[in-house]
Amino acid sequence: MGRLDSKTKSSSVMPMPLKLLWVLWTAAVILAAVFYLPPAYGFAVPESARIVIFHVPCAMLAVVGYIISTVYAVCYLIKGRPDQDIKSFVSARLGLLFTVLATLSGMIFAKIEWGTAWNWDPRETTILMLLVVYGAYFALRSAINNSTVRAKVSAVYNILACLVMPYLVFVLPRILGGLHPTQTLSSNSGLSIEYRVVMAASAIAMIWLYIWIFRASVNRLAGSRKK
Amino acid sequence: MKNIKRQSGFGNIVRSAWAVFAKDLICELRARNAISAIILFAVTSVIAVSFTSSVWGGDSDISSALLWLVIYFSAMSGLSRSFVHEDEASTSGTLKLAAQPNAVYLGKLAFNWAIMIAMELVAVPLFVLFMSCKIADWGMFTALLIIGGLALAVSATMAAAMVARAVVKGALFAVISFPLLIPVLASAVHGTSLAMSGQNAASDLRLLVYYSITIITTSLILFKFIWED
Repeated sequence: MGRLDSKTKSSSVMPMPLKLLWVLWTAAVILAAVFYLPPAYGFAVPESARIVIFHVPCAMLAVVGYIISTVYAVCYLIKGRPDQDIKSFVSARLGLLFTVLATLSGMIFAKIEWGTAWNWDPRETTILMLLVVYGAYFALRSAINNSTVRAKVSAVYNILACLVMPYLVFVLPRILGGLHPTQTLSSNSGLSIEYRVVMAASAIAMIWLYIWIFRASVNRLAGSRKK
Repeated sequence: MKNIKRQSGFGNIVRSAWAVFAKDLICELRARNAISAIILFAVTSVIAVSFTSSVWGGDSDISSALLWLVIYFSAMSGLSRSFVHEDEASTSGTLKLAAQPNAVYLGKLAFNWAIMIAMELVAVPLFVLFMSCKIADWGMFTALLIIGGLALAVSATMAAAMVARAVVKGALFAVISFPLLIPVLASAVHGTSLAMSGQNAASDLRLLVYYSITIITTSLILFKFIWED
């Protein structure tokens, strides 16, 4: 527990200069996405393709969040330290947050490009299933009262869900095929070098935010557990 | 069961898994709780489905999806109780002492698979009859039903063990087992549709076999964490 004690000060979650730098960085990414990037031709509404700058890092970070969550779940089953369960839970929650963000940004794009926010494109189907799968994780957690049993059972569920996730994210959409622009952006003039740079910057901003929220939540939950 | 208690080794696990299976089968034949409920549920839903949508019986895509929905919901209604009733009858403590976790898992899995096959034996012929489906490849159709039943039982057994530790059980079971069942349902529906129209469904059957093996292996590693206190 000594390790947790040292982290209870809020400034140790993330130093103030880094917080300010994050705000500036994110503002720069947004400005670059809106004013610097050229419209991506090959789409019905070329300007709307800029949303990819936020959409793709969200989707990637969602998967990363679930994988980190499963890594901590495995660690918990091996070592049995309560803070590993908290980290697994927080990471799954962040994964769900970024899944929701990816879904929403995708829906906005779909509404502009294809006229409907939802058209059962394979990617949409799988991300909806991903939402249900990890929604069930939180339902399961809240349905178990004993904290040790909750930690164990939800770790097992987490590992099983992570076994299925690659199938949903990587296999099923490629089998079904559909509207999702996997090829359009990279083969056409769309994903040029400018797009890659700004998207990388946006991904850095989101990883940064992820670490920030992750550390703050772990801190808070570990603190409330001790009281 | 006294001598096989807590002994590892493949033969011992298979023997105690068989003992767990036989125990469940004897209890089931005495009381007929699960099997009568699940078969009646399946028959009712087959009748409901064919009453409302028998027009589409000739369409292999639609009828295979409907068939697997009937099987899926019957499994969800019947298989959730496999661990809950041990707790209700206060026999789970004895079972924990009497057999290794993996033997319990394999025994319960075998019993759930047997229930699935018994249910399919009643429901599928009725479905084919009422919907007047045309099935081109009976061998592949049967293999898909048997292996699909195994894949459903594999996922449902793990979900039932998890749900037995939770407060709300019935509603949570369907939610918890859904992630494990997505690949099963996708390839079972696709393969059955191909088998009905006479195309080659071997790749879907293979996927179901590999998937079942993967989940069984993972469950054998993980089951002791949810079963033991």
